[in-house]
Amino acid sequence: MSTPVLELSGISKTFGAVRALDEVDFHVDEGEVVALLGDNGAGKSTLVKVIAGAHTADVGGGIAWDGDDVTIATPADAQRLGIATIYQDLALCDNLDIVGNLFLGSERLHFPGTLDEVEMERRSWELLDSLSVSIPDLRVPVASLSGGQRQIIAIARSLLGRPRVVMLDEPTAALGVAQTAQVLDLIERLRDQGLGVVLISHNMADVRAVADRASVLRLGRNAGDFSVADTSYEEIVAAITGASDNPVSRRSTRAGQEPLATEDQR
Amino acid sequence: MSQQTPVAEDPGQGTVPPAPRRDPRLLSVITGPSGWWSAIKRNLRSGELGAAPVVIGLILIAIVFQSLNDRFLSPQNLSNLTVQIAAIGLMTTGVIMVLLLGEIDLSIGSVAGLSAGILGVTVMRHGFPEWAGILTALGVGLLVGLVHGVIFARIGVPAFVVTLAGLLGWQGLHLFLMAPDGTINTRSDGLIAALTQTYFVAWIGWAIVALTLLLYAGTVLTAERRRRSAGLPYKPLSEVLLRAGLLALALVVGVWILNQHKGVSLAFLIFVGAVVVLDLVLRKTRYGRMVYAVGGNAEAARRAGINVVLIRISVFGIASTLAAMGGIMLVSRNIAASTTTGGGSELMMAIAAAVIGGTSLFGGRGNAYSALLGGLVLGAITSGLLLLPNVDTSVRFMITAAVLLVAVILDAVSRRGRKTHARGGA
Ligand SMILES: Nc1ncnc2c1ncn2[C@@H]1O[C@H](COP(=O)(O)OP(=O)(O)OP(=O)(O)O)[C@@H](O)[C@H]1O
Ligand SMILES: [Mg+2]
Repeated sequence: MSTPVLELSGISKTFGAVRALDEVDFHVDEGEVVALLGDNGAGKSTLVKVIAGAHTADVGGGIAWDGDDVTIATPADAQRLGIATIYQDLALCDNLDIVGNLFLGSERLHFPGTLDEVEMERRSWELLDSLSVSIPDLRVPVASLSGGQRQIIAIARSLLGRPRVVMLDEPTAALGVAQTAQVLDLIERLRDQGLGVVLISHNMADVRAVADRASVLRLGRNAGDFSVADTSYEEIVAAITGASDNPVSRRSTRAGQEPLATEDQR
Repeated sequence: MSQQTPVAEDPGQGTVPPAPRRDPRLLSVITGPSGWWSAIKRNLRSGELGAAPVVIGLILIAIVFQSLNDRFLSPQNLSNLTVQIAAIGLMTTGVIMVLLLGEIDLSIGSVAGLSAGILGVTVMRHGFPEWAGILTALGVGLLVGLVHGVIFARIGVPAFVVTLAGLLGWQGLHLFLMAPDGTINTRSDGLIAALTQTYFVAWIGWAIVALTLLLYAGTVLTAERRRRSAGLPYKPLSEVLLRAGLLALALVVGVWILNQHKGVSLAFLIFVGAVVVLDLVLRKTRYGRMVYAVGGNAEAARRAGINVVLIRISVFGIASTLAAMGGIMLVSRNIAASTTTGGGSELMMAIAAAVIGGTSLFGGRGNAYSALLGGLVLGAITSGLLLLPNVDTSVRFMITAAVLLVAVILDAVSRRGRKTHARGGA
């Protein structure tokens, strides 16, 4: 197997007396979707923030990019390497239009130093077309978009910096069925374009739908790394909760049915 | 990055300009006047009111006051109106910047008064040349604004409180500087007086009209041509011409009326000039985009790498400088600086004008032209009431309050309209 784009080994992170991450290993390859799973408080967001440069890890662990050791001390470091992060709260400006949001902070200028709206709009169409996203009008304020469209704009925005790894923290948490499908489509397209995608989600149906691999954290430690296609739902849940006798499987035995109906859809 | 996109390939890439991009779901494919009408209706319903309510309001005001006193629309009265609104208008442009950030500046009246006091004291007591007095007053205005900005943006005190302290404190300093005089008269023949007593001969007014129209048409046409050759949706020529025609009509009628009296006034030109410059800065520069972004979502702006603190400080600096300009205009019109300059209804009127003109109190929405439109509405009401017998300030305040309330209600309602439409996409 080729070297992963991004590889973390033995990463720890303590907040005062709380050890949020304890010697965690994690890696992402090109063209794969890795689901980062774990119960509430398992350390998923903390791990993503360490990778994004929002938190610095404790001394001891190592981060390798294309096999070379690197340090990620600030968000700018992560961006320079080619890591884009889309946090749960989207960070779009509702009053600006789509083009304005896509290019916020990296506006294109032309001769007298004024905004080159034409160039920015053209590039926006190009970008959204390459993602097969169809939005009728790029000049409407993002306030008027649906939740799924807003999520897609937030993802598209992060692609302008030509990242190689994209991390999404619960991108579908607030979305309905159709809009979730739109976002999952987009995630597949990112993978097809050769990007490594890290997906945090509590929704097992989403994970089964798009993820190639699932990396599970429990109480800040690694609790397994599974190929999604070859692993049953129960095994992953067991890894998340830490026991085969867990609330989820107990519940399904009580009801005397298959663990989760959505699983059969694949 | 390899792109394996299943979308239809762009035919004839780079050779033929692609057909203008129109998604079939895009409703605003405008065809003729009926298309415009339905577009207007759609905008009204979704809360994008634009300048329509203000323009309708202005027309109503004109009809009412003209029927009460036929001197209202006389060239002389309208010409006076343009000079009268300049001072508060400049203060309003500053207020608009702060409102776009989603903040408020309560100190602008006091800052205008302080700047008037400094102008009077430096020029008449300390023998500064008038230009030097003006620059000193502007400089102090800028400094005051930066102090407000730093306390607000760096230390994190709410702008409301910082500028409330400013309202009191700068008025105190103003009174302190002016003591023991209540009033310092300035010269009636110098640069200061000239600011509001200069009128341009007819041809200069026409030259300004011609230049404005040429620049407008030139920039709009090149922009639309660029959009067209880039394959982006563009406005059809008929719409461009309609807009240019409306602008031409407004300018020609305005200058024609003003030329019937003394011509275009320097004071009005300074005010409109400030509005135009501010508009270009807000719409065409990276700085302006950052101001809107901070007003829309400061956290998003920060994550996009915008220096939110710096933007906030700079906006407060600009607002106070414009307030100081307003103070200088007040001195010019009264040919005196007094302890009451800027301490009356100026603050309320400036904020009211911004909101009536269509700038939202909720931040991130509005434009520089609100200062002109709102200023004209309030100026017209003031001037119309002055022409009526037995009507004093009490009535003016009540009418202004009613107009302001209507404007704020429109703002709140249109905000709700946008909210309810926000999730309508799916
Ligand atoms: N800034 C912080 N200061 C102190 N403790 C923190 C901080 N951030 C996270 N923690 C702690 O670290 C642990 C892991 O939190 P984290 O947010 O990474 O969990 P998560 O897996 O993302 O959970 P969820 O599924 O609820 O989002 C939790 O116990 C949390 O309280
Ligand atoms: Mg989390």
